[in-house]
Amino acid sequence: MKGAGFKVGQRVRIADRTPPVHHRVPSYVKGHVGSIERVCGLHGEPEKFIRGDGKPERRIYRVRIPQNELWRDYEGTDRDRLEIEIFEHWLELAE
Amino acid sequence: MTDHDHDHSRTFQPDHAEPTSEGARIGLALRELLIGGGHYTAEEEQAVIAAMQEASPADGGRIVARAWLDPAYKERLLENGAAAIRELGYELEPYEFTVMENDDSTHNVIVCTLCSCYPRALLGMSPAWYKSASYRARVVREPRSVLAEFGVELSDDIDVRVHDSTAELRYMVLPQRPAGTEGWPEERLASLITRDSLIGTQRVLRVE
Repeated sequence: MKGAGFKVGQRVRIADRTPPVHHRVPSYVKGHVGSIERVCGLHGEPEKFIRGDGKPERRIYRVRIPQNELWRDYEGTDRDRLEIEIFEHWLELAE
Repeated sequence: MTDHDHDHSRTFQPDHAEPTSEGARIGLALRELLIGGGHYTAEEEQAVIAAMQEASPADGGRIVARAWLDPAYKERLLENGAAAIRELGYELEPYEFTVMENDDSTHNVIVCTLCSCYPRALLGMSPAWYKSASYRARVVREPRSVLAEFGVELSDDIDVRVHDSTAELRYMVLPQRPAGTEGWPEERLASLITRDSLIGTQRVLRVE
């Protein structure tokens, strides 16, 4: 998708930080690595939501993470996975 | 009201609670300021609430039945859910809408771990358990155990995909068409589809 910083299939790490404002990244995925499942649209950054103007807009990606990478002693198979929406400014390329 | 066949001792509902928490009071005050300041009217607010209450899993069922019968529609639905659903006359703005298909080797289930995001505009109000801390915390950590509690026993050759709805996307599961429904018209197929099958806490649809 035009203007998107990441491509489908790329491995990305979700930032491990906790700003003292409303944000839409749950703790259990912070610091984990997954792959881009799909590139979504542009939406207002939640951390700036209180400004009320929906700005700045940020790209959302769906990130796919194997469940056994998220949880020690995961109960299911190594093919089970979580898929979650993450804003671009929370992602960086992982090697 | 002429048909009066219900038992009042069984239909008693407690009175709607007065707001006592700080959050509820702030909410009420904010509403008064917004309406008093002319940002929107009470009538507009009621219309939005009414539209949400009119939406029901039957709308989701109609979309699923269409997808079962029309492979081209199904392809569009999986590619761009919001656009395909809009084709049938539903308006879901401002959210992106993503439809996840179950098949013989995949089972999808939806949660919002951060709060309780749910495709209300399409499926109506969410069930109370969907908003519970227990469901939200456990279905990402131990989805197979939680699904088993709903009666969905998954063998290891079926992959589980948990979709955590954390931001601007809303989700619906496209359940599998059950055997024994060959030749059924769309409306009859739609009647098979349940709310839980659209969330993913039911896998097999019952054919009566």
